[in-house]
Amino acid sequence: MQQTPPKHSPWNDPKVRSITIQVLIVLAFVLFAAYFINNTIINLTRQGIASGFDFLSSTAGFAVVQSLIDFDESSSYGRAFWVGLINTLLVSSLGIIIATIIGFIVGIARLSKNWLLKKIASTYIETLRNIPLLLQIFFWYFVVLRALPHPRDSYQWLNSFFVNNRGLYLPAINVEKSSYIVFIVFVLSTFCSIFFSKWSRKRQIETGKTDSKKWILGILFIPNILALLLLHKSFSISFPVLKGFNFQGGIVLIPELIALLAALSTYTGSFIAEIVRSGILSISKGQIEAAYSLGLKPNLTMRLIIIPQALRVIIPPLTSQYLNLTKNSSLAAAIGYPDLVAVFAGTVLNQTGQAVEVIAITMTVYLILSLSISAFMNWYNNQTMLIER
Amino acid sequence: MQVMTQDSAIKKSITWCRENLFSSPTNGLATVILLFLLIKFITVVASWLFFNATFVGDNRDACNQGGACWVFIKTRIDQFIYGFYPNAERWRVNLVLAAFASTIGFWFFTANKSKRFLGFWTFLLFPILSWNVLRGSNFSLTSVETAKWGGVFLTLMVSTVGIVCSLPLGIILALGRQSKMPAIKTISVLFIELWRGVPLITVLFMSSVMLPLFFPEGVQFDKLLRALIGVALFSSAYMAEVVRGGLQAIPKGQFEAAQAIGLSYWQSMRSVIMPQALKMVIPGIVNTFIGLFKDTTLVAIIGMFDLLGIIQAATTDPDWLGFTLEGYVFAAIFFWLCCYTMSKYSQFLERKLHTGH
Repeated sequence: MQQTPPKHSPWNDPKVRSITIQVLIVLAFVLFAAYFINNTIINLTRQGIASGFDFLSSTAGFAVVQSLIDFDESSSYGRAFWVGLINTLLVSSLGIIIATIIGFIVGIARLSKNWLLKKIASTYIETLRNIPLLLQIFFWYFVVLRALPHPRDSYQWLNSFFVNNRGLYLPAINVEKSSYIVFIVFVLSTFCSIFFSKWSRKRQIETGKTDSKKWILGILFIPNILALLLLHKSFSISFPVLKGFNFQGGIVLIPELIALLAALSTYTGSFIAEIVRSGILSISKGQIEAAYSLGLKPNLTMRLIIIPQALRVIIPPLTSQYLNLTKNSSLAAAIGYPDLVAVFAGTVLNQTGQAVEVIAITMTVYLILSLSISAFMNWYNNQTMLIER
Repeated sequence: MQVMTQDSAIKKSITWCRENLFSSPTNGLATVILLFLLIKFITVVASWLFFNATFVGDNRDACNQGGACWVFIKTRIDQFIYGFYPNAERWRVNLVLAAFASTIGFWFFTANKSKRFLGFWTFLLFPILSWNVLRGSNFSLTSVETAKWGGVFLTLMVSTVGIVCSLPLGIILALGRQSKMPAIKTISVLFIELWRGVPLITVLFMSSVMLPLFFPEGVQFDKLLRALIGVALFSSAYMAEVVRGGLQAIPKGQFEAAQAIGLSYWQSMRSVIMPQALKMVIPGIVNTFIGLFKDTTLVAIIGMFDLLGIIQAATTDPDWLGFTLEGYVFAAIFFWLCCYTMSKYSQFLERKLHTGH
């Protein structure tokens, strides 16, 4: 018996339907995009705004309060972009380091046996994470740092660190050309000591023979000390000195940077603390009891048993906090710290009017930053992941 | 008898102290140092907040006790709540806020059956009506430009619009990301990852400088509306990821069972998958809302007067220079109360909805 398959209308064929829907949606998408692009081109020509990326090489004509590369009024918009990007990277990397330290300390304190410490840590967390970051940045900048004294009455420490309402002044190390040898020696000795400690650890695992830690310290320090002694003349330390109304010499951290850094790291630190706490709590009690029964002390147990295992739970959410911190550093624009958004999407955009290009570049940079941080943390996560059979 | 219980209570508290505060010499030392610092901190803060603060008066001369000057907040409280909304028209804001509050109330106390109308009202009727009442171009009300909107009212409005728009958009995007059609999946993934990868402030900049370029000459977009579009797009990407979490937690059997009883894709989504998935992610939605609520302060950077923006403006008033901290403390208390309540509520929901075995 032959049975003819029942006839379907083509609309009921899932394949046909899926392709039709997709084609329609892509078509609608393209049409919308074309409409917007067309309008944009018409609007730009009407307003007489140039398009393209030529503006990047024309003279910027403004100064920036903090730049790690040479920048003055005669530099180009392209260079202003790099100034902004480097400042963003500076504040986010410093912020990530400080926030991690704060987060781990507070997170561990929250699990402390000491009731008072526990309560203080949880009050810190609950207070900071429920107040908008922008408000906290304003608080640090307009309240705390404004209350600092004038340069003449700065708070000082050892006559070389000064804090006043113009910023934080630190002694600077001036580097001359021949000192790159010291730098090379430093890098080499660091690599050697890392290599040696890995080798010695492997040997310990295989043969049970241990090398003294003195060796590692020796490799790390002796060449550096020797190089420094031989080449000490190529270095000079410049101390900040009060001249007239302000300090000269040394390094200055501008108040905008300090305020942003303080707000970003304490705020993100409160989120990291919660992540650390839940990571530590995820370690089963048996692990801790086993460590104690081996005779490990509480802080060694924490360092050798709990933290390495907790890291596996901690790292994925930690990554998203790092991403948040990097993105939140764009709030710098509110207090005038010259980051990418303030310099490029602010000043450069206002001067050139090339909104489309500027916003596109800014967003692309943040996208690349986000993607590379998550790629790095994924790599690190794979390193610490439990390797199962 | 009573002496006995009192005795044992004292004994209990001593044991408690010994266990929790002085379990070891280091712990004891830490307790003493912390207690000392804490008492010092609390005395300074409390004397600034309450004991040396000025509560009565109507100009800055009243504030001479060295503590906080709450007179500043008192004289400006109306502005902090309504922004520059004209005095005579503020009843409209109150009306909308009251309607909003009762809408939320209805969500808690309405039986599931009549929630369809409630959803229709909340997500469609109420926003349109309240926009008309507040803006006041229809209904023979005097028109109030959105530039005059501000304060707590604007903060609430931006965050509510953000969440109300982002929920449906986020659900569609999450479904798109789970879709088997490659084109739809690609578009959804690109859209979600683009917004999640960039800071909100660049989105707001984009909506304020780039959006007008996208439309033909003559199409005027209100500044507030542009910011709202930016906020809605941004938060819908985050919402999509929250919803996706719920969708992924639904066992495959549910999809297959829905298919087996002959439900179409949209039918099975509406009556089988979404009710379960959304219920699971309510805490995540509340958390997204908390984040959005805090992030609304960023509209101050593009020159709008939300609570933080208007406080920032008030502190530069020559008559009231030097009372920045009072303004910030007021804003901090407001935001803290709102966010803390919401996060406690989300934790409560998490426990309540935890229907595992």
